[in-house]
Amino acid sequence: MTNTALASEPVLTAKTENRVWKKFRSHKSAMVGGVLVAFFILIAIAAPILPIPDPAATDWGAVRKAPSLAHWMGTDEIGRDVLSRMIWGAQASLLAGVVSVSIAIAIGVPLGLIAGFFGGWSDAVISRCTEALLAAPFLILAIALAAFLGPSLTNAMIAIGISATPIFIRLTRGEVINVKSEDYVDSARAIGLPTPRILSRYILPNVLPPILVQATLTIATAIIAEAALSFLGLGQQPPDPSWGSMLNTAKNFLNQAPWMALWPGISIFLVVLGFNLLGDGLRDALDPREH
Amino acid sequence: MPKQAKPDQQPDGCEDILMSLHDLALRFRGQTNDVIDRISLTVKRGEVLCVVGESGCGKSVTAMALMGLLPTEFAKISSGILGIQATRLDLSKVTMPTAMRGNDIAMIFQEPMTSLNPSFTIGNQIIEAILQHSAGSRTDAQARALHMLQRVGIANPEQRLSEFPHQLSGGMRQRVMIAMALANDPKILIADEPTTALDVTIQAQILDLIRDLSDETGMGTIMITHDLGVVAEIADTVAVMYGGQVVERGAVAEVFNDPQHPYTIGLMSAMPQLDKPGGKLATVPGTVPSVANMPEGCRFRTRCVFATQRCQVRPPLSNTTQGHDVACHYAPIEANLSVAL
Repeated sequence: MTNTALASEPVLTAKTENRVWKKFRSHKSAMVGGVLVAFFILIAIAAPILPIPDPAATDWGAVRKAPSLAHWMGTDEIGRDVLSRMIWGAQASLLAGVVSVSIAIAIGVPLGLIAGFFGGWSDAVISRCTEALLAAPFLILAIALAAFLGPSLTNAMIAIGISATPIFIRLTRGEVINVKSEDYVDSARAIGLPTPRILSRYILPNVLPPILVQATLTIATAIIAEAALSFLGLGQQPPDPSWGSMLNTAKNFLNQAPWMALWPGISIFLVVLGFNLLGDGLRDALDPREH
Repeated sequence: MPKQAKPDQQPDGCEDILMSLHDLALRFRGQTNDVIDRISLTVKRGEVLCVVGESGCGKSVTAMALMGLLPTEFAKISSGILGIQATRLDLSKVTMPTAMRGNDIAMIFQEPMTSLNPSFTIGNQIIEAILQHSAGSRTDAQARALHMLQRVGIANPEQRLSEFPHQLSGGMRQRVMIAMALANDPKILIADEPTTALDVTIQAQILDLIRDLSDETGMGTIMITHDLGVVAEIADTVAVMYGGQVVERGAVAEVFNDPQHPYTIGLMSAMPQLDKPGGKLATVPGTVPSVANMPEGCRFRTRCVFATQRCQVRPPLSNTTQGHDVACHYAPIEANLSVAL
């Protein structure tokens, strides 16, 4: 053939590989968020192997004791070690955050894909239902669902998951409508790829970044929601520890034992801050406009 | 590469016709006029047919309609028979089955920068296109993908296979698009302004590549362009479109040297030429009317200096000379009009 091959030209290799990671690392607050989140995840995972007392073990000789060498974070109203309950409570909080957001993604993303890609009546039905769900405030909806399902951590996660679903439906739908008009989707159809394949290989991977960001931010919201539900007695049931139920008990002893409220409050604040900073950092790092 | 208008070995040889489109007409929803008004095209083995016309004349819409890529909620095809070898499709009733898309007829697009999936490697995408239409193994497909990249003139094809689209230049991406389109040996390649987004040197390389591949494999090519330079470079035959109609078609030398339709004459005289002294270029007066305001009959008549009462009836696309069809009541124009051009 008469055509001459293009000389091999320098391409941006090593640099582009780490573009997202580099950007994320240069983002200081995102790194702070990442470290906070990593810290809480670590202690939650390590809870069973840490040398801490049983979180449910009561000690009537040490009721509402202030922080000391024996009990770093003090003890609660029936003499349980607050540090141990904090660590086990972290497990409940993070689990609730991750599981409920997973539920929301598992339901919301496929529905959003269908609504955005096919349009027409499927879009009309899904979008109207989404709007109906969004009309109810997030926490009120979660409380109503949790009360309906019955109080337990699992049901709280389901309730929070369902309440967070419409956010993901709407986000996915919007992103799909954007991506579906991209040239590469037309070219996939011109190659003869069937619709399910176009959805799974051409649409879904390209709508994932904003969903990932939203998921990170929603975990923060879900953790607050779980704490709120547990505070109201609709989440984790005693004696299993949860930051929300610890706060609920602590509110009766704010004068006598302020540390009982202090630690869960600080932890909720820090973990939520961590996920929010992480989400913001991811958003900036994954933003294609800044590449 | 020098342009060469290839003489037709078998002017009437039906078996040589790879693709025929008969009487395609379609309109967009909510409009009362057809955007594409009964156009017919044929492509022979190894032929490069250029469809030229200004923006909005329906070139791309025609290509999309052929491929079945027009969303049905926006466009309604009212007639059109597409024949690809022995297969006949009534486009008003069926869209092209996915088994044919990419296998019998493939398409490349204007924007190589955005026509590849950014989430997967080049190799992954070419292999996917191959496996879609053949029962072979992944290893075979990989070998084929490598072969295709070599064939479209990409250096270091092994390395390129594992690279992502953003790591390639525009020209290379267009080569990859061509490799992907041709991986299944399609009988027809539709190229929708494949060089518009590329700079001139790359443009020439890509045109040469398409020309070579067409000669080599005998596939027919429909090249959509608004650039008469591209037509001169690559075409065997040319179809000039105006307002959703084919107004003139024929061998490229015929149409360029002896344009018969007033619109084509206007286009040719509007082209700057290096060997003529500079000065004001001729223009075609007016602008293309919107679809809603298309005149009855000859759609060019509102801008045509020769238009008369007669032009309110649509002129048929008929032979002036052998293989040169013009849709004008006054063609051949020299014989019918004594106006100096």
